[in-house]
Amino acid sequence: MQWGSPSEFWAMGGYGLYVWTSFGATALCMVWEVLAVWRRQAAAAVERRDVA
Amino acid sequence: MSFMGINWFKYSSPQAFHPLAGKMIPWFSAAALALIGVGLYIGFFVAPTDFQQGDAYRIIFVHVPAAWMSMFLYVIMAAWAGIGLGLNARPSFMMAQAIAPTGALFTFLALLTGSMWGKPTWGAWWVWDARLTSELILLFQYIGIISLRASIDDLRRADRASAVFALVGVVNVPIIYFSVRWWNTLHQGASVSMTASPKMAATMVTAMLVMTLGFWMYSFAVTLARVRCVIAERERQLSWGKNASIQQVAEAR
Amino acid sequence: MSQPSMSEALRGVVRRDLLLAMRHRSDVAMSVFFVVIVASLFPLGVGPEQAVLRMIASGVLWVTALLACLLSLGRLFTADYLDGVLEQTLLIPQPLAVLVVGKVFAHWVISGLPVVLLSPLLGLQFGLSGDSLWVLTLSLLLGTPTLSMLGAIGAALTLGLRGSGLLVALLVLPLFVPVLIFGAGAVTSSLAGIGSEANLSLLGACFLLSLAFAPWATAVALRIALE
Repeated sequence: MQWGSPSEFWAMGGYGLYVWTSFGATALCMVWEVLAVWRRQAAAAVERRDVA
Repeated sequence: MSFMGINWFKYSSPQAFHPLAGKMIPWFSAAALALIGVGLYIGFFVAPTDFQQGDAYRIIFVHVPAAWMSMFLYVIMAAWAGIGLGLNARPSFMMAQAIAPTGALFTFLALLTGSMWGKPTWGAWWVWDARLTSELILLFQYIGIISLRASIDDLRRADRASAVFALVGVVNVPIIYFSVRWWNTLHQGASVSMTASPKMAATMVTAMLVMTLGFWMYSFAVTLARVRCVIAERERQLSWGKNASIQQVAEAR
Repeated sequence: MSQPSMSEALRGVVRRDLLLAMRHRSDVAMSVFFVVIVASLFPLGVGPEQAVLRMIASGVLWVTALLACLLSLGRLFTADYLDGVLEQTLLIPQPLAVLVVGKVFAHWVISGLPVVLLSPLLGLQFGLSGDSLWVLTLSLLLGTPTLSMLGAIGAALTLGLRGSGLLVALLVLPLFVPVLIFGAGAVTSSLAGIGSEANLSLLGACFLLSLAFAPWATAVALRIALE
């Protein structure tokens, strides 16, 4: 464990902006994709019931 | 063909595949969450700070897996497209259709995190390196495939046309990679050596591999969920088409 | 009635397409003027410094050739598609890929060859001289047929679609990248005095590769589009 304190962890040795933007963007994109597929699935399910 | 006592051909029809995919999604999702969690833990708390790049190197724990996935997914998508064209199999076209958006997303993430890594290490957001350029072209191809499919109304043509383009793209990307590498040797000034990266500690490699596995599982889960949407939507379109034609016949009478 | 041989069919397709193009000569002239105008815009935008112009000449002229090819791709199959000739063409017993080669060749003669012939003049505008002017022409001569060949795939895939002009650009431009790199690279390396043989032979390799695969892929795409 190389982090002395939480603030040191967030600073990432001065590269915090780059590191957290990367990880944040990745997390955001993945969550967004999951939600988008979820919504699409819900829409498809509703229409399926309509047709049946 | 039976393997482990299961008739696998049964699942080649969309109707049978839909519930099977539904059953598999939770497992892949759980595996993805667990692996990404473990990967992040190793990446941030076990792996040491790199003595050359400092902590900026930790971006590779998302960058490298995303870049790998973008290429894997393209090849897999093209393989499904090829199988679809060869065997005239609808489900494989559906798989190809479901993979494309996830692949495009990972390509975009690879480019974004790549520039986030490039700025502190090379001092530039973007360099015309062979890998970066071919990744960019890969993104263009994903976008091309998705928009080609979106602009064709006839499903059968949409499937087959985007499959042809996916296969053409498989040949294109390696050619671009090598041509840019060759081109870079000419333009000495702009090239930055990425191959001369420092030796990585074992924990760094482990974190990267675990994250890659996690991204794989995530891709499985998302594509399977999307393939279910595609199946449902196509079924709907089909039944609508039938209803419409019944209506038209009634009106014609 | 004896069946025409493969080369006869090929010649027939080329002759027909060229004849049709000659009847619409303004179309051909338009793509030439397009190239001249676009190439003339760059010095006005960048500034008249000879050194700068000489440096960007190869890239600008190659991108211009790329765009000219792209803009003329719509003509490749659309007219035949609309009047039903293409459907008849699919029924010809000779392999469709061979007929595609004929159509692509005619397309190149109409849209690519004028650019090649014009390129020394455009090169002079950009301050290229002697050897590099010659290399520019040669690289375009080797590269533009490849562009037509690859473009045919995109044209066939997007046949008859709404908004197909933009879509074809989206599909085809990524495929043009290697040709652009080697083509512009040939001129750049000749300017740098390294010798352009390697780039030119790679352009030739691209041409052979596309000649082997592109007509076949185009034929598949045409059949898909006309099903």
